[in-house]
Amino acid sequence: MVSLTLKGAASRTATVVPRSGRATPYLFLAPYLLLFVVFVLAPAIYGIWISLHDWDYLLEARPFVGLDNYAALLDPASAVYADFWMSMRATGIFTLFSVPFLVVLPLGLALLLHRPFRGRTFFRGLFFAPYVLGVAVVSLMWRLLLDPNLGLIDWLLGIDIGWTTSLPWAWIALVGVTVWWTIGFNGVIYLAGMQDIPRDLYDAAKVDGAGKWAEFRHVTLPGLRPVGLFVVTTTILASANMFGQSYLLTQGAPGGETRTAIYYILDQGLSQYKMGSAAAMSYVLTLALILVSVLNFRLFRRRS
Amino acid sequence: MKRYTLLAALAVVFVAPLLWALGTSLKSQSEATRMPPTLFPTEPVTRAYGTIFEGTTQTPVLRWFANSLIAATLHMLLVLAVSSLAAYALARLEFRGKRLMFVVIVSTLLVPGFVFLIPQFLIIDQLGWLDSLTALIVPGAAGAFGVFFLRQFFLGLPRELDEAALVEGANHWQIFTRITLPLSKPALATLAVLSFLANWNDFIWPIFVIFSPEYFTLPPGLSILQGAYTIDYPVIMAGAVLAGVPVLILFALTQRYVIEGISRSGLKG
Repeated sequence: MVSLTLKGAASRTATVVPRSGRATPYLFLAPYLLLFVVFVLAPAIYGIWISLHDWDYLLEARPFVGLDNYAALLDPASAVYADFWMSMRATGIFTLFSVPFLVVLPLGLALLLHRPFRGRTFFRGLFFAPYVLGVAVVSLMWRLLLDPNLGLIDWLLGIDIGWTTSLPWAWIALVGVTVWWTIGFNGVIYLAGMQDIPRDLYDAAKVDGAGKWAEFRHVTLPGLRPVGLFVVTTTILASANMFGQSYLLTQGAPGGETRTAIYYILDQGLSQYKMGSAAAMSYVLTLALILVSVLNFRLFRRRS
Repeated sequence: MKRYTLLAALAVVFVAPLLWALGTSLKSQSEATRMPPTLFPTEPVTRAYGTIFEGTTQTPVLRWFANSLIAATLHMLLVLAVSSLAAYALARLEFRGKRLMFVVIVSTLLVPGFVFLIPQFLIIDQLGWLDSLTALIVPGAAGAFGVFFLRQFFLGLPRELDEAALVEGANHWQIFTRITLPLSKPALATLAVLSFLANWNDFIWPIFVIFSPEYFTLPPGLSILQGAYTIDYPVIMAGAVLAGVPVLILFALTQRYVIEGISRSGLKG
């Protein structure tokens, strides 16, 4: 009876919908679209325009220079060449060394929390907790912990290392702090992925006499492939966007070695106000990130 | 048993740094610089909190706290309002260009946000919003996550109720406010918490668009505090506690929603 009335209602909607007025969808969309156009779409196009000018925020004259800002990034004799590529290198190093840990360690964490046991929700919350803190709180806290004179870490390990001022320690500190801070995020995503793997696959593996390792290799890992692609892609992007940790923890030390690309671009654009050049750099970095993402998609597709 | 040993060891790694920060904020300056370091203060003092609550014209910490609270709350409300309206249109209404619009909005999720920072700065400047809380509240609400997240949720709601209401002469505004929104409380709560957290913690945007100490929020404020009290770690850690404890409490109260939301964002791939 109920299903009958519902069906009747459904068939009548076709005649009801137009009565709500043609403007209705646009009225619902208007507030968001206004924000989207002004703060996302317009900047995306405006940024390209800026990158084609010698755009100094503090100067009235902003002459059109064509692709000069881009050419300067490829010209070893230009003023920005050395610093820009050093910052790109720093971003590359950080991405290369942080992504493997940020992809593998959360998987271990998720395996530990996968099966139900007493206190599971509590531990999951505990490991996720650092992620809800902002980069400013996390960096300041770890600056003290890693302080060579007062810090707990050097004292515990009985060593005397300038974690934030010398290499390779600054990189180890940046990667370590980032892992501590964000491990819960990828962990939770893996957990959700594991929950989606059908139970009967595990049961079948058990019937076949698979051990824990075989079960992990042949059931869990393949089942996590779609989630894995998401984790790897977003982690690469997040690492390549690293800014706060290097700004607050190492302040680019030593000698700008840990100053990441975003750090350098924002410093050029929003502190030194050389916006044309900085805008060009941000598009070059974006292009590099798109290439890496495409490569990453290809790799995953080939393996599946 | 082995599992619990491992879990306990990991728990120490995650919790000890937080306790150390809290402990340091309650130490006297001499104890904070003492070697070997103490995990908990031997004689807890609240001097550091006194210092930050009193504040100075360069470091009005309580003002920053209020700014953070105001900005994050208004930002959250704005995100909920504009995202739910747009998501309803994208999930329930038919109109020309719907597919294209959805694709354009969602594709911006894949573009790293920093690309827009410089032109956004200039647009904010044109609007006269530089150095004001408005700059921290409004632009971020243009992000596509909320729209995408709510649209997926609305698509999962049964259509029968909407259709029955339409037959009885309800318009879409009534359906949206009386059926869709009440049924979407968990999704709205998740989006509310996530957008509040993101805004409360934002560092990169406020350090560039805010110049006056009285309009800072806590995260950029902390970096000022660090500059002003270079080696007075109890004061700096008291600032970190003030910025960190509210979100940890919020997380403890809403853990289910936060983790649910994050999990679902991963499954869209």
